[in-house]
Amino acid sequence: MTISVWDAVAIFAVTAVATWVTRALPFLVFGNKKELPEFVTYLGRVLPGAIMATLVVYCLRLINLTAFPFGLAELISVAVVVILHLWRKNIFWSMAGGTLCYMILIRTIFPF
Amino acid sequence: MLQEAGYNALWALFGSLFIYAGSGQYFMVTLLVTGAPLLTVAVMTLLINSRHIFYGLGFIDRYRRMGWKYPYMVMSLTDETYVLLSTCKYPEGVDSDKAAFYISLFNHCWWISGSVLGVLIGTLIPFDLTGIDFCMTALFVILLLNHIKQVKAFTPIIIGLISAVLFLLIMGPDNFILPSLCFTVLLLALLKGRIETVKEVSAS
Repeated sequence: MTISVWDAVAIFAVTAVATWVTRALPFLVFGNKKELPEFVTYLGRVLPGAIMATLVVYCLRLINLTAFPFGLAELISVAVVVILHLWRKNIFWSMAGGTLCYMILIRTIFPF
Repeated sequence: MLQEAGYNALWALFGSLFIYAGSGQYFMVTLLVTGAPLLTVAVMTLLINSRHIFYGLGFIDRYRRMGWKYPYMVMSLTDETYVLLSTCKYPEGVDSDKAAFYISLFNHCWWISGSVLGVLIGTLIPFDLTGIDFCMTALFVILLLNHIKQVKAFTPIIIGLISAVLFLLIMGPDNFILPSLCFTVLLLALLKGRIETVKEVSAS
């Protein structure tokens, strides 16, 4: 089904504005105060680590640990990324190595 | 995706320029195809991107000193930009505000060119690229590793991890992020005094 161009434009606009609202909210609430509440600066310090851990889980959210292949392709590839990164300390090689490993694994040992 | 839904590269260009949100844009394609009511669009987008509310908290003080760049910095604070800006250490003598601005800008440019190219050549790539999206997972794993090496208190990371896994199991893969982040913030708030002491002890 195709909808009219203006309906599509409206959907675009609403999506854009809604996205901006979520990003601007903390700035709108606290942005004009001279001194930030100590609690907010505390959250700013401790949240990055927590959010990064959450995003890693989010990336791996679709693996199924109860049935074959038990997310092994993902977990092995993550291990490859970690090992490569601790060894070479180069973001590009860690990413390329891990992704290549994953693409090979899902085609050979762990097909969908 | 857009291509399959019958929209051309121009749509991808404007989508990436103004919306600039990975999951939000994927979701929008679904909405475009079905012609969803605008209220649904608004509510769903707010929910999907609600995690961004937490991202701004760490940057308020820094961004509002940046003058004309301030609004742009706020709008360009995506998952990737947030994580990069939170982890990166600036070399001595580099204007960190300027660097942060360029990181945000380049991320945005790559995103736009990637989306447009994707629509233009998406159907032309002769071999199967299934699994290429694992590079996102790899990137976040790497950035988390770098972050672990930098910080002294691991409690926030462990809390984030446990909370995410917990809510993934309870809520399923589609909508666990927001409750998980709320729970994380709650736990971090309750542990406020303790985490700081851990930091001071290991620092001394």
